[in-house]
Amino acid sequence: MAGDNPKGPPPPFGFETRAIHAGSRPDPVTGARNTPIYQTTSYVFEDAEHAADLFNLQTFGFIYSRLTNPTVSVLEERLANLEGGRAAVCAGSGHAAQFLTFFTLLEPGDEFIASRNLYGGSITQFGLSFKKLGWTCHFVDMTDPENIRAALTPKCKAIFLEILANPGGIVLDVEPIAAIAREAGIPLIVDNTMATPYLCRPFEWGADIVVHSTTKFLSGHGTSVGGAVIESGKFDWAQNDRFPTMTQPEPAYHGLTFFETFGDFGFTTKARAVALRDFGPSLSPTNAFYTITGIETLHVRMERHVENALKVAKFLDGHPAVDWVSYAGLPSSPYHALANKYLPRGAGSVFTCGLKGGYDAGVRMVETVELFSHLANIGDTRSLIIHPASTTHRQLSPEQLRAAGAGPEVIRLSIGLETADDLIRDLDRALTA
Amino acid sequence: MHTLHYDDKDIRAILKSVRTIAMVGLSPKWNRPSNFAAKYLQGKGYRVIPVNPGQAGSEILGETAYASLDEVPGPFEMVDIFRSSEAAGPITDRAIALAADKGIQVVWMQLGVRNDAAAERARAAGLHVVMDRCPKIEYGRLFGELGWGGVNSGIISAKRPKMGG
Repeated sequence: MAGDNPKGPPPPFGFETRAIHAGSRPDPVTGARNTPIYQTTSYVFEDAEHAADLFNLQTFGFIYSRLTNPTVSVLEERLANLEGGRAAVCAGSGHAAQFLTFFTLLEPGDEFIASRNLYGGSITQFGLSFKKLGWTCHFVDMTDPENIRAALTPKCKAIFLEILANPGGIVLDVEPIAAIAREAGIPLIVDNTMATPYLCRPFEWGADIVVHSTTKFLSGHGTSVGGAVIESGKFDWAQNDRFPTMTQPEPAYHGLTFFETFGDFGFTTKARAVALRDFGPSLSPTNAFYTITGIETLHVRMERHVENALKVAKFLDGHPAVDWVSYAGLPSSPYHALANKYLPRGAGSVFTCGLKGGYDAGVRMVETVELFSHLANIGDTRSLIIHPASTTHRQLSPEQLRAAGAGPEVIRLSIGLETADDLIRDLDRALTA
Repeated sequence: MHTLHYDDKDIRAILKSVRTIAMVGLSPKWNRPSNFAAKYLQGKGYRVIPVNPGQAGSEILGETAYASLDEVPGPFEMVDIFRSSEAAGPITDRAIALAADKGIQVVWMQLGVRNDAAAERARAAGLHVVMDRCPKIEYGRLFGELGWGGVNSGIISAKRPKMGG
């Protein structure tokens, strides 16, 4: 008689297989092998009862592409699979994904703790725009995890960090930070944009929620802005009374209780059914398609990204015009040991260096390079360069700039997939110009 | 307790062979998890008979509710238990006792419900047993619907799925 199989599950498929297949089976109606772009706003109901069931969340299915779309769903399942999570919800950008996450977690008056080593746009979103919604973010230097414990307040509902920080070079020790979050009974949210699940899977180190800007390495070709929220499915929202949004009847859904009803995919279901429904920052099916296509080569691209990045970082490290290089892949980096622990396949391909000539040298360099593109993105096949102090991190104060690793002399590079020697020659020419 | 693992082919075979389910603990309230599961399964063509002593004689989702498995008239192949792990023991024992008479082949305990001793008794009596799983989620997972909500089904296949399973 059938029962549980004590031999356990069959061996899992490898990352590469899942990057290509997870979430995407041939179309049952047409047999189309690649995921079709379901460029439609809405879906015909079978009958009035079916429509009611869908609106009540009683059955799986599609209503309107602001909430769900079959192409976007494939991307969501693929990301959940690659991260080793339970479920995912996509959004129109990484910033939108962060908004969905915090709107689902927080009430006005609530607080959270974030690493001070974040993408500048996130520092602004958390510190200024979130404040208008009544949410307070405490920025903390997480290179010493004890700083987090000191900053915790009874109103703190989450801890947020980038495991591999943008603009670069800093790797946080996630394992003890996860222990602090667990002890406090609040979720640890990790932005895994810079590493991608190929280099690091934060759930394996105790994270509860992972967020992505899929715009970067996941889509990988600089074509499509997008974001994602992924839940591990392991956080117990009922362990304390801090998450009424998950454990109490939801007035925006006729008294439905999301954790009880949807269990280990309750958080993403709530983020979709309330935050995405009511604020509407959805991902377009076409952008989802480009991102799905990008992910199919993620493993191959990331290997070359980190190989090229290490070559370029070593070159810059020995260049007389360069004061310092902050790349955790270099043995001289103070974060090298943490990179070996959390990112054994490579420390990403975005990093910073400081120019001896300061602010002016930085501006000169971004204007002199020929092959590097001067723009505000990372994680493209093309190599990118930016001077954060005059661009992405421009809204920050001098103290915040230094704290974020984006001082006036800092150049940020995102190393692409061109011939490494060509990239080195281009940088050498710009540095000696 | 060891981690439970069920082979997809076994779950698929159960969901394909069963037509009538006696759901013990089915709530009449539309927004309770048991009601969600029953409504979904009805939509997939299953008949779901409510077993709930507090609701005996009234209708839930268009079906008459009964106080116990014993009182359900006619055959049903599966007992789906939406009760505590402890309560699942005596319910399983009634399912074993009624198996020949009612044609019961499967005892299914819902997500979070697990009673290894009861499962052992049921298996010894020749019944299939599934614990700590939801038939709605398993149906959605195996037949392609769960991923529509961004949930990781874990299914990897280049075979063309058959409509309706």
